[in-house]
Amino acid sequence: MAEQAKAAPRPPIESGCPDGFQYMHPLMIKNFGNWAYHDRPRPGVLHHVAKNGDEIWTVRVGTQRQLGPYEINLLCDIIDQFGEGYVRFTIRSNMEIMVSNADKVEPLIQAFNDAGYPVGGTGNSVTMISHTQGWLHCDIPGTDASGVVKALMDELYEEFTHERMPNRVHITTSCCQINCGGQGDIAINVQHTKPPKINHDLVANVCERPTVVARCPVAAIRPAIVNGKPSLEVDEKKCICCGACFPPCPPMQINDPEHTKLAIWVGGKHSNARSKPSFHKLVAAGIPNNPPRWPEAAAIVKNILRVYQEDALEWERVGDWVERIGWPRFFELTELPFTKYHIDNWTGSRYTLNASTHIRF
Amino acid sequence: MAEKPKNPDKHSTYMPKEKKSSKPFHNTPMLDQLESGPWPSFVTGLKRMAMDNNMMVDLLGQLEHSYKTRLGYWKGGTVSVFGYGGGIIPRFTELMGADGKAMFPEAKEFHTLRVQPPAGNHYTTDMLRQLSNSWDKYGSGLIAFHGQTGNIMFIGTTSENTQHFFDEINEYGWDLGGAGPCVRTGMSCVGAARCEQSCANEHKIHRLLVNNFMDDMHRPALPYKFKFKVSGCPNDCMNSIHRADFAVIGTWRDDMKVDQKEVKAYVGRKGRKYVIDNVVGRCPTNALSLNDDDTLAVDNRNCVRCMHCINVMTKALSPGDDKGVSVLMGGKRTLKIGDTMGTVVVPFMKLDTDEDYEKLVEIAENTIDFFAENALEHERTGEMIERIGLVNFLEGVGIDVDPNMINFPRTSSYVRLDDWDVEAEKWNQRKAKAAG
Repeated sequence: MAEQAKAAPRPPIESGCPDGFQYMHPLMIKNFGNWAYHDRPRPGVLHHVAKNGDEIWTVRVGTQRQLGPYEINLLCDIIDQFGEGYVRFTIRSNMEIMVSNADKVEPLIQAFNDAGYPVGGTGNSVTMISHTQGWLHCDIPGTDASGVVKALMDELYEEFTHERMPNRVHITTSCCQINCGGQGDIAINVQHTKPPKINHDLVANVCERPTVVARCPVAAIRPAIVNGKPSLEVDEKKCICCGACFPPCPPMQINDPEHTKLAIWVGGKHSNARSKPSFHKLVAAGIPNNPPRWPEAAAIVKNILRVYQEDALEWERVGDWVERIGWPRFFELTELPFTKYHIDNWTGSRYTLNASTHIRF
Repeated sequence: MAEKPKNPDKHSTYMPKEKKSSKPFHNTPMLDQLESGPWPSFVTGLKRMAMDNNMMVDLLGQLEHSYKTRLGYWKGGTVSVFGYGGGIIPRFTELMGADGKAMFPEAKEFHTLRVQPPAGNHYTTDMLRQLSNSWDKYGSGLIAFHGQTGNIMFIGTTSENTQHFFDEINEYGWDLGGAGPCVRTGMSCVGAARCEQSCANEHKIHRLLVNNFMDDMHRPALPYKFKFKVSGCPNDCMNSIHRADFAVIGTWRDDMKVDQKEVKAYVGRKGRKYVIDNVVGRCPTNALSLNDDDTLAVDNRNCVRCMHCINVMTKALSPGDDKGVSVLMGGKRTLKIGDTMGTVVVPFMKLDTDEDYEKLVEIAENTIDFFAENALEHERTGEMIERIGLVNFLEGVGIDVDPNMINFPRTSSYVRLDDWDVEAEKWNQRKAKAAG
């Protein structure tokens, strides 16, 4: 064993989640737990005031999330020259640069803009789209993630740098129906439309068959002998084309250049503000998965945003707005077709039906 | 749209003059279309890296192929570092030419290391540069800040270099996160470090909980993943109710604070109609009323701490002083039974003393023990609770029922109530004990 001849392997230091205080802006350490209020002097800038009167300004910058050495050094050079060397990231991959002096804000913004980076994403803007890995790195993706986000953020650039929506808009993307991108005011997610195509020659060697059978949410998969080999077969009438069998069994290919489509969902909300948190709901499907710029999906998203901007009241998130105006009006205003597929038939779905005479005419 | 850069050498569109990688670029007509437009382009970023290393040249080749065929070409495998069983997402190319060899051989291994960020995602520029330099040495150079579970994703390296890179960054304070059926990397909001709405020490909760389970993170042996997320207030910026098996959310139980002078100033500035329409009228429990003298009356007993009015009137209104946390369990996305949100399991607990924090850790330990013993393979906590019922789960982890856990009581009469008197007596005793 050649390995044993080498030096003993290094045991890991199981240090876990690092202490953030070692990288934190000194004013944030000093005033930890003692902030009084905040306001937003302009889009992309937060201003927090501590109980003792200390003030900190935060400049929020949009990035491409996937950063290389050049971008990291370019952004760090700007932060070192115009900021104070401290940065954090939001959950939506925006950078936040903290400074202790109002005079530093405008030069910092100018420097980011000069380097091609937008400042925005605060308050009632369309902030950065949360995205997943897609074709770049995932093992089961139906589409790309970075590309969809780049294409859409190009279209929504002005909405990132301005605060002119009724309330904040969180858009998410997901490359399969597992939906790693999460809930969104608007979510653009892969939706498969055909059962998996099975390579029966590989199933026995690659897949743990009982695991795959157990993974199916509708019990549509059963063991079978195909061409004399142990394999799996799918009851295509039962199959809901969710793709849950594909990760544990790659020979059950769910992705298809034509039949893997995109669907758009609206009204997801994580916050407890006003209404309780909500899931997003299906509004459009059958949208072509059309790289490199996915124009059909982008057009629907922009249309929904336009109607929301025109019709929603201040502070209404997309879901709050639809709750007020009702779903019939949503489909009327957006001119999206309402189909039998919008009516849920999954477990517990009776609670999604209208059991009242509350109807808007 | 983007204007012509003033300084092209310091710009997101910059391309190095000198190509150091030996392999020529593949044609990438589709990806090239993602280089235009005002948003910073990840494709330009990948190309810059490809000027430096052959792995990125071939990565661009494979990605373009995916764009053309609309299919992905990565498969998983088993790669780890010495002493750990998880934390790395192995990727091997499946894209083979007619000769059976990889079409893009320099990127045939393209593994990701998941590394835990500091609580609150704070960095100094020095540390970002140091991490970037280490990754440039052992990997593709590409880093995502951050993945959807919260990890720093160091994307693209060979099996051999995963160990070298980990050894280097582990020495200066960074540890792998979770991947597979294990406790996963946690997330916490900026919280008390910069937010007046924070009702908890998110930083401490995050590190205390997650770092207590390092063995369960680094050596995946649970039925499925288990995620902790910590939000400092009910705005839940960490999306924990939807996305965490164990969500800790800051809240308060005394009266919210009202600075009536600031309320009056706000009404003076925005007008009565604005305040009635956007603050009073948007309270979900009608707990607010604007008085004739432009002060605000609050029915604190019926306030559900939704945060809306505090979000709007940041200077006049704020959370109360008697702060603590709510714990919700069982949030997850679709796979397999459909979406579940977290359910209230602990309506309120104080987090002031060491004993309080120990109690929180104990609840987490009991939950993970119960999950490990009782969940089916590939079943999340929320699905397990759905399958066995909330009451069985609560009895398993030793937590008493509480009406805050439900939207409304049972509506179906198809249930056996044999021990009703015994259960009613338990409630009476708990009530008497709470009353002292």
